[in-house]
Amino acid sequence: MIRDFGIVWTERGLLLNGLANTAILSLVSVVGALLLGFVLTPALMSKKPAVSRAARAFVDGMRCIPFLLFAYIVYYGFPSIGINLDNWGAGLLALTIYNAAYMAEILRGAWTAQPREPIEAGVAFGFSNVALFRRIVLPPLLLAAGPVIGNQMIQIIKDTAFLTIIALPELTHAASSIQARHYVPFAAFITAVLLYWGLCLVIEAGVSSIDRLAAARR
Amino acid sequence: MTASDIAAIFQGAIVTVTLSLIGILIGLPIGLGLALIRWANVPIVAGIVTLYVSMLRATPLVTLLLLLFFALPNIGVPINPISAAIVALVMNTSAFNSEVWRSALMNFPKDQYEAAQSVGMRAGQRFRRIVFPQILRTSLPALVNEMSLLIKVTPVLAVVGVVDITRAAVRIGAETYEPLPPFLVAVAIYAPIVFGLVSLQRWIERRQVAAEAAA
Repeated sequence: MIRDFGIVWTERGLLLNGLANTAILSLVSVVGALLLGFVLTPALMSKKPAVSRAARAFVDGMRCIPFLLFAYIVYYGFPSIGINLDNWGAGLLALTIYNAAYMAEILRGAWTAQPREPIEAGVAFGFSNVALFRRIVLPPLLLAAGPVIGNQMIQIIKDTAFLTIIALPELTHAASSIQARHYVPFAAFITAVLLYWGLCLVIEAGVSSIDRLAAARR
Repeated sequence: MTASDIAAIFQGAIVTVTLSLIGILIGLPIGLGLALIRWANVPIVAGIVTLYVSMLRATPLVTLLLLLFFALPNIGVPINPISAAIVALVMNTSAFNSEVWRSALMNFPKDQYEAAQSVGMRAGQRFRRIVFPQILRTSLPALVNEMSLLIKVTPVLAVVGVVDITRAAVRIGAETYEPLPPFLVAVAIYAPIVFGLVSLQRWIERRQVAAEAAA
């Protein structure tokens, strides 16, 4: 058993590369999903029924489809409608679009729970629209939504593992190739599990520091 | 895509639904057991359970499944795709369920428990008659949510060779060189199941809010 972990150690370059790819995939898609979510949230709450219904249909649709199926559709299905993506493009696009729906719903929930008064006070003080959003609306919104966004980030990290099926060289893929090359399944996959755990603990630590910041502001 | 291809995907759907149901039915009581061990603060075991739950909640189902499927035979435990799938689903969902149960237990009013003690109920009776009915009600929406999450990760089972909806759809796509139609059939099966569970969760929440408002 110790020998098996020694073999995994000799392949540490491959694993660390996989870990780095998992982190990059997660980071890029978290940022992308949040930005798209910020566009979708006002659409969800739009007074125009056509807009809000379309946004609602997209968000509910994404939340009812398994991510793996969606990734398959983007990678294998999109070429039939003329969109050809390599595995990185397909993986990132699938992760971002899929999670944008969840982020939009999270932001909408936090938004509707915000008190109206500071916004009205901001308007009374003559803040312009952009400044009002950036200085009055956004900070408490992000603090309130922080823990839920953190949970979604953990979900995104775990979703990246699905992308191993489209041969993206992320962490699970790296563990699979080590196990295939040396036949050390337990050591290879347990190491991957521990690395995922570490990533998630980092996110959880970040969330609790945001929580403390929010509590200090209150 | 022919009618028999669509029939093959529906056959996969039976496998998916059966495995999900087995995972849910075994995962619920195990999750409750894990939560009770932490709630009762059983020495040493509670610490191990805490670590186990934290680790499993951070582990992607694919990774867990590959670990079980390849590592168990290596240490002399023979395992086939179906049983690996069931064990992985149960381990995964019971960890999440245990967090739901635990938060209900943590929020359970202590005075009720003490009242039950003072009228001389034994530990088993206290749990069965006082604690369980109430935590079941508070946990129900989150547990249903967890069920819809479980169904959404089942396509992963195809990775070790379980012939579920997804594997059937992939195979038909590869045979016909038209991957989109079988995937859309798969989506058409998954989406109503998940949507049904999400609607059920919202309905339970609304009913509970209404019941609280009436009380």
